[in-house]
Amino acid sequence: MSKGSILILGARSDIGKAVAHRFAALGYSIQLAARNAGSLEPDKADIKVRHNVDVDLFEFDALDLDSHQAFATGLPVLPDVIVCAVGMLGDQAADEKDEMAACKVMRSNYEGPASIFSVFANLFEKRDSGTLVGISSVAGERGRAANYVYGSAKAGFTAYLSGLRNRLAAKGVHVITVLPGFVATQMTEGLDLPQKLTAEPEEVAAAIEKAVGKGSNVIYVRRIWQLIMMIIRNIPEAVFKRMSI
Amino acid sequence: MKLSGWGRYPVCETEVQFPRTQEAVSAALREGPAIARGNGRSYGDTALGAPNTLDMRHFNRMISFDDATGTLTAEAGVLLADVISSFLPRGWFPAVTPGTKFVTLGGMIAADVHGKNHHRDGSFRQFVDWIDLMDETGEVLRCSRTQNAELFDWTLGGMGLTGVILRTAIRLRRVETGWISQTTLPAPNLDAAIDLIESNLDALYSVAWIDCLATGSDTGRSLVMLGEHALLAELGKDQSAHPFGTEAKRSLSVPIDFPAFSLNRYSIRAFNSLYYWNGGRKSGESLVHWNGYFYPLDAILAWNRIYGRRGFCQFQCALPLETSAKGLKALLTETSNAGLGSFLAVLKRFGEQSGQFSFPMPGYTLALDFPMGRYTEDLLKRLDDITIENGGRFYLAKDARMSAATFARSDDRVRNFKHMRRDAGLDHRFQSHQSKRLEL
Ligand SMILES: Cc1cc2nc3c(=O)[nH]c(=O)nc-3n(C[C@H](O)[C@H](O)[C@H](O)COP(=O)(O)OP(=O)(O)OC[C@H]3O[C@@H](n4cnc5c(N)ncnc54)[C@H](O)[C@@H]3O)c2cc1C
Ligand SMILES: NC(=O)c1ccc[n+]([C@@H]2O[C@H](COP(=O)([O-])OP(=O)(O)OC[C@H]3O[C@@H](n4cnc5c(N)ncnc54)[C@H](OP(=O)(O)O)[C@@H]3O)[C@@H](O)[C@H]2O)c1
Repeated sequence: MSKGSILILGARSDIGKAVAHRFAALGYSIQLAARNAGSLEPDKADIKVRHNVDVDLFEFDALDLDSHQAFATGLPVLPDVIVCAVGMLGDQAADEKDEMAACKVMRSNYEGPASIFSVFANLFEKRDSGTLVGISSVAGERGRAANYVYGSAKAGFTAYLSGLRNRLAAKGVHVITVLPGFVATQMTEGLDLPQKLTAEPEEVAAAIEKAVGKGSNVIYVRRIWQLIMMIIRNIPEAVFKRMSI
Repeated sequence: MKLSGWGRYPVCETEVQFPRTQEAVSAALREGPAIARGNGRSYGDTALGAPNTLDMRHFNRMISFDDATGTLTAEAGVLLADVISSFLPRGWFPAVTPGTKFVTLGGMIAADVHGKNHHRDGSFRQFVDWIDLMDETGEVLRCSRTQNAELFDWTLGGMGLTGVILRTAIRLRRVETGWISQTTLPAPNLDAAIDLIESNLDALYSVAWIDCLATGSDTGRSLVMLGEHALLAELGKDQSAHPFGTEAKRSLSVPIDFPAFSLNRYSIRAFNSLYYWNGGRKSGESLVHWNGYFYPLDAILAWNRIYGRRGFCQFQCALPLETSAKGLKALLTETSNAGLGSFLAVLKRFGEQSGQFSFPMPGYTLALDFPMGRYTEDLLKRLDDITIENGGRFYLAKDARMSAATFARSDDRVRNFKHMRRDAGLDHRFQSHQSKRLEL
């Protein structure tokens, strides 16, 4: 007996996998969508063995915009919850010298995720139900020299999610914006992250489960980040531009 | 980076990698001597690579489960806690479990862990069908009782020194419920405790908690706890509603270091007496939740921090049956004379010895822990000597400081292990701080 279904976009992501396990434990059937989806066979088996739920794999590329309509309508069932974990950190220094590389980061974090959510938003609207969970980032709260290429795209995605939530609020469709601070994943492996500020992927997954249950709008995962970002947002630009943070 | 085991002593410099694929493991092995690491629940330096450590926790996927035989095939980094949460609700429990569920399958195999049922079932190896082991050349070998049988035998109990375990198939135990029917028997001294254990060898689980500060004729004053998996028919109304016990809550973490002096002989004495008298009053039959029964310490996450910054050391030896009573008495007397305290003193009965290098031998095993302090090493050396005088040996999963000479004296099998490592060219490929210290 299935409790519902959840689709993870960018399912090879560590956060995405943790979310899949979390919802599988609740009895959800799982749809994993990723590039080169076949490589997720071991994860499919893992989720099935652990949680005794159905798991299906789908090929999905967030940058292949032309495929998005067909991808969404081609799913065997329209899921109840969709989590977009697609993202690309890029290399800021390299992106400053190579605008094509920079554009790829921007498109991967904003254009692709927003495009696929546009398609699903309409399908959910027609059905009068569904929850869209977009994983954006605190990096989008204010552009910093250290990662503004990535940050600007996340800012775009955050604004997009906010607008979508506003549009669909009266339509039974809910939109959640997730703004994790640091998370220990492949994306950040090898970076020297402060332990107290760094969440595990399972923590992000637990926060998402709770947010879906409660119908929260914007979540930060570790509370401290809400405070940190409030401070960062409020530093006057004249001071901020000379800072290195 | 700086890394330690669960005892937080010693802290060693090692290069840690977090491979996600088989290729990444073999690439890492080409970079220099390394050791695999599971969830870091061994106490000392056995999972600290010299120089490289391969943290195997990304190998955490289950592959298949056969509900007819209870056989689980999984990657080596899967946590025992996850095995329980997936399969206990379906009526399966680990056939052998250590006193914490936060261990990986790889770590359990490498240490060939024992549980409270060793006298009946033997160690974890009895329930391992096969392993896939990456050897020093990066080749993956399926090892079992019929295939690469010798390597299989050395690897179970080989503390990571024969290669990197990638996958395994293990058998679980069928249970009707997640409850344990426990019988608690107070024993006024060591002889009484041994008598109680010997006369209850048919109990599936048996263990004694010793108040190791009791002295004189009270030495070895303890609670003997016997257990069986409860049958459905034995559950009360409340428990029948959740025959497997609801998910255990993670609670009560100990996030900051307690000052070392908070565990002096008085606080430990108070703790131990309380334990004895509490249990003494409750003696008799009771139904206990699996989590509290097998993993009492897991409820306090990071309890290793209560010993403070300097960390602590666990001493665990096994003594042959013939010398057990005498040897245990000497160990306990030495410990209580030193007055350095031991939060936990656990006594278990071991059954048959098996394997080439696994720790258990028929007799008794005693585990004590001590906060690291100025006099701790002196005491531990005296405990080493008593163990050797009585024909005993030491558990490498707990060891953090023994000398190579002591270890070699304790066990004739050490020489064979070294030869095997040298002949197979494993000795310069798989190295931990422990293997270097013990000259393995
Ligand atoms: C509270 C507590 C209670 C305990 N009770 C018991 C008990 O009752 N009985 C018992 O036997 N033990 C007990 N232990 C010890 C524990 O079970 C062992 O140390 C076990 O090996 C820890 O597993 P781990 O995954 O944390 O491995 P680690 O501590 O990370 O490593 C332990 C050893 O396994 C090797 N290893 C780990 N993974 C691999 C791999 N993939 N391939 C090859 N080698 C590998 C390491 O090199 C190292 O030598 C207890 C420990 C604690 C903290
Ligand atoms: N880790 C952090 O500190 C952190 C902090 C804040 C926000 N986030 C956000 O959290 C989300 C999940 O990231 P993570 O930390 O779990 O890192 P991750 O493991 O690197 O996950 C990112 C995933 O995005 C996928 N992806 C990238 N481009 C894609 C495309 N065009 N089509 C389909 N999939 C694509 C990647 O797939 P491939 O495997 O195919 O490359 C990868 O699996 C991301 O949106 C990230 O920006 C992370």
